[in-house]
Amino acid sequence: MFRLEARASTPAWFNLALPLIAIAATLILCSGLIAIAGAGVVDAYGVMLSASLGDSYAITETLVRAAPMIFTGLAVAIAFRAKFWNIGAEGQLLAGAVASCFVGAIPMPGTLAMLLMAIAGAAAGAVVALVPATLRIKFKVDDVVSSLLLNSVIYYALMALIEGPWKDTFSGYPISPPIEDSANFPVLIEGTRLHLGVVVALIAAPLVWFLIARTTLGFRIRVTGENPEAARYGGINVQRVLTSTALLSGALAGLAGVGEVGGVHFQVMSDISPGYGYSGIVVAMLARLNPLGVVPAAIFLAAVMTGAEAMSRATGVPAFLSDVIQGTALLAMLVALLFTAYRIRRVGAQT
Amino acid sequence: MSAVFEQIFQVGFLAAIIRIATPLAFATLGEMFSERAGVLNLGIEGIMLLCAMAGFTAASLSGSLWLGVLVAMLVGALMGALHALFTVALGLSQHVCGIGVTLFSSGLAYFLYRLIFGQQSVPPSIDGFKPVPIPLLSDIPVFGPAVFNQFTLVYLAIVAVPLAAFVLYRTPWGLSVRMVGENPRAADSAGVSVMATRFQAVILGGALMGLAGAFLTMAQFNAFTFGVVSGRGWVAIALVVFGRWDPWRSAGAALLFAFVDALQLRMQASGLGHIPYEAFLMLPFIFTIVAMAFMSRNAVAPSALLKPFRREER
Amino acid sequence: MSAPLIEMRGITKSFGAVKANEAVDLSVAPGEILGLLGENGAGKTTLMNVLFGAYAPDAGDILVEGKPVAIHNSADALAAGIGMVHQHFHLAPRLTVLENLLIGIPGKSGRIDRAGGLSRLKEIGRQYGLSLDPNLPVSALSVGEQQRLEIIKALFRGARLLILDEPTAVLAPSEVDGLFAALRSMAAQGLGIIFISHKLNEVRALTHRCVVLRHGKVAGRVDDPANTTSAAMAELMCGHEIVPPVKEASTPGASVLTLDGISTAGHAGTPLRDVSLFVRAGEILGIAGVSGNGQRALADVISGMLPPKTGAMTIAGKTVAQFSPRELQALGLGRIPEDRMTTGLVTNLPLADSMVLPRIGTEAFSRKGLLNPAAIRAFAEAQIKAYDIRCPGPMVRAGALSGGNLQKALLARELAFDPKVLIVSQPTRGLDIGAARFIHEKFLAMRARGCGIIVIGEDLEELLMLSDRIAVMYEGRLAGTLSGAEATVARLGLMMTGAEGHA
Repeated sequence: MFRLEARASTPAWFNLALPLIAIAATLILCSGLIAIAGAGVVDAYGVMLSASLGDSYAITETLVRAAPMIFTGLAVAIAFRAKFWNIGAEGQLLAGAVASCFVGAIPMPGTLAMLLMAIAGAAAGAVVALVPATLRIKFKVDDVVSSLLLNSVIYYALMALIEGPWKDTFSGYPISPPIEDSANFPVLIEGTRLHLGVVVALIAAPLVWFLIARTTLGFRIRVTGENPEAARYGGINVQRVLTSTALLSGALAGLAGVGEVGGVHFQVMSDISPGYGYSGIVVAMLARLNPLGVVPAAIFLAAVMTGAEAMSRATGVPAFLSDVIQGTALLAMLVALLFTAYRIRRVGAQT
Repeated sequence: MSAVFEQIFQVGFLAAIIRIATPLAFATLGEMFSERAGVLNLGIEGIMLLCAMAGFTAASLSGSLWLGVLVAMLVGALMGALHALFTVALGLSQHVCGIGVTLFSSGLAYFLYRLIFGQQSVPPSIDGFKPVPIPLLSDIPVFGPAVFNQFTLVYLAIVAVPLAAFVLYRTPWGLSVRMVGENPRAADSAGVSVMATRFQAVILGGALMGLAGAFLTMAQFNAFTFGVVSGRGWVAIALVVFGRWDPWRSAGAALLFAFVDALQLRMQASGLGHIPYEAFLMLPFIFTIVAMAFMSRNAVAPSALLKPFRREER
Repeated sequence: MSAPLIEMRGITKSFGAVKANEAVDLSVAPGEILGLLGENGAGKTTLMNVLFGAYAPDAGDILVEGKPVAIHNSADALAAGIGMVHQHFHLAPRLTVLENLLIGIPGKSGRIDRAGGLSRLKEIGRQYGLSLDPNLPVSALSVGEQQRLEIIKALFRGARLLILDEPTAVLAPSEVDGLFAALRSMAAQGLGIIFISHKLNEVRALTHRCVVLRHGKVAGRVDDPANTTSAAMAELMCGHEIVPPVKEASTPGASVLTLDGISTAGHAGTPLRDVSLFVRAGEILGIAGVSGNGQRALADVISGMLPPKTGAMTIAGKTVAQFSPRELQALGLGRIPEDRMTTGLVTNLPLADSMVLPRIGTEAFSRKGLLNPAAIRAFAEAQIKAYDIRCPGPMVRAGALSGGNLQKALLARELAFDPKVLIVSQPTRGLDIGAARFIHEKFLAMRARGCGIIVIGEDLEELLMLSDRIAVMYEGRLAGTLSGAEATVARLGLMMTGAEGHA
């Protein structure tokens, strides 16, 4: 018989080893699906790897895809640190996309347009995130449920826009008018799609880390998340901390939408996010809610997504494998996290 | 408005409410059992989707609808067991595990569906359940054809509500479920296995979620699409709160939601002029959020909800 | 004497590096009341949890009527005829008395056997004189009634041995008499009883025999507790003679904290009703009372967690305006909460974080919203040294520390800023004697330096030892205040039941 036993402290190398173990376990578990689909496991993963990280162009594509997940991952990480269960990054992303698209379509100097797009997108995401936070503070509504339900509301609102006032009258497609060319985020490497927003995402991660680790607000977020009662007893205004966290989290998720509009699609359509908001949860957990870990975790998921598409074309294994990998990785990581707090000890059968 | 009012008392409208409420009732009862035992199951959305797919596939391959229902329930029970393994046996965060189960199950559903049916321009469909009128009862004016000329699964849902109430309030197992959800230590010291009881409740809940999924693809739409569940699972979680963790009230909450949903469908169809149809689609979700705001302050969740139980924890 | 009902042989149980029980032998005969005596942390509760199947022992055997039995869980214990009344009741407040009794009992033809349960309840009422309304929700019962329900629950399951873990801690003295009468009648009818306590007078009054634990081992056995002196038993418990810390005479100064007509509402426990009190500089005011008579509301009001409905409070002459923890700290209030794990500390974060938590926004630890990690660390390291807090360092997870060290850490974080007033609840609950002694000495040192201290506690002996004055709470009011010279256990006990008022 085995028993879990509490650990007094966690070895430092665990921080790196656990996500790697979780990812390895995930890939092994999911290889069963590849086999069921009748493809060679090594071939399939090989294609995934080379298509996502095999050459410099592939790497830039993976980074472009990682950028929104870095933002949503950061959004979830900061929210979960405060135990504000923001599952609404998807809706906040969409709100950010819509707001930035609205601003980007107004003619003005490019730099100003980009700046205003970012501000508008962040603000829109923040406002959306404020709803579940306020409902929780004022009405004790479970934030998980309200933020989830809000995703559907925002999605339908977006659809109403692009099938209504924003509808492309010429083609009849449900897509918004494009933003001004001058508002398109500059491409950093000629011949790729690597845009300014990716760099902003990469800079955002250490900034959020600094916020959590080195500021009083970050301290209050951490304490409130771990023990709201002790936080209140210690003089922290728990409600204000939750509100600040929601605003920050929503703003970060909103920026994910800004990047997609300004750097990738230049307009809004119904499938602007293939679930980047939900992937953000996986990213944040793989990163153990550490903002610095969000970057490699997002790159991993992005590689899985781009790789899965190539693998699907090459081997016929459905690209939805990447969705299964995401879910499995999240669960595997949760199990792995168990070992930071506990160790398994064998106890005699005859006790 | 009077036109809308008249429509409410039409047979078709009443029947639509019942049909919309059925999968919600199954799902809500499933979530309720799980939460009553102290386990929040956010995997519900994905479990419903996977079961909708599994049931549809089994029915479509075997030609037997009831085999499809059985497969859906078994898959639901299995996913319930998976969630229980993480949250009950390992004591992991119920929130995050639930999201994980949803992501995993939905991914698996998409993957297997695409693997089995390939990419088709028109999704394959099956010959789904047909309404079975109940003699005599279906002759009652208005009410009869609306309620008693329905799918067998609808009758099953109507029976499931009192049955769930009986199990929860009148059987020793139901008492154990309530006790492990309120004070697991008390159940443990009375010789009731907290782990076993929670596992059973979450598995039963999963099977009920499976029924909900089966209804969608085998009675309501007769086909599987990726958006077939589209938030019904999340709504069920809200309905449990709204129904105060009670089978009767939960069923009532499902009916109320179904009423709003049927109403918005009617309003869409009646083409209330310039209002975009998405506004109506939003309505049930906004209604649920607002209802939660009114209900949550006084709603008293099972005391041990979200709390893992480890006996030797000091 | 007949064969022992229960026998434990060589029981050993460790938690990590801590040996909670080591080679403990113990037996109870039918009709016998055995006292299990020991300081907090001596291993009494662990030993009984082993007997009841909650913990698996690392070594040792349990025999029921001479036959070895394996007790892996409470179901096994119940089957072996062992029932336990835990210190924290194992009841579901929202379920009824009958439902709490019937949990785990097989039903009749698939249904809960209500009729069988009712008749069994009636039978127990007849046999032992214990009865309750079966249809009341447990939340409607008083603490004493809940305890009775726990005893009935054990008997309901056919317990022949009843374990009671510190059952008197939650009772008023008059209720204790009722409990003792019931226990004596049960023993007279052949049940075995293990009575766990650290209160010597109770053990001497009730038990036939007792076993004393110290540091997890049997420190001694007393065959005739009624005729053994308390001092002798106390020495067995502590391993040395207890010398109370020296309390020097002091003249209290001006009032540093006053409460004037404070009433509260909307509190989970008993609300306060028109409470007025004061504490002066260099004075310790003890607050006594049976648990649940408004002490928690009092502590919450004074520490800023619960704004009062009516009434006023002043600290060092300044009227409190907002009743927020931050405001009160700024006015010079130090606070040590009743529950250090849930209210005091953040167990999953480094110890240093908990130690600077209340003052994180001050110049000492941050500037313009940016933390000063070096200052935080230096502060924590200095306090760890000054208070001899045993831990690997300031960055260790706070939850990994022992109760005594955590309490020292909390004391350090408050005293480092030289409070004018200190409010503490249950300061030494669950601590071993050394740690408790340390805490007491710190209080007396603070008193000597002119700090006004309020100690809310249930341990009358501790209050009598520390306090210059003792106020008694009863049903949310102050039943009266006695000077240290007037106060005796008997007198306080009477006031705690509302029988005597005293201005």
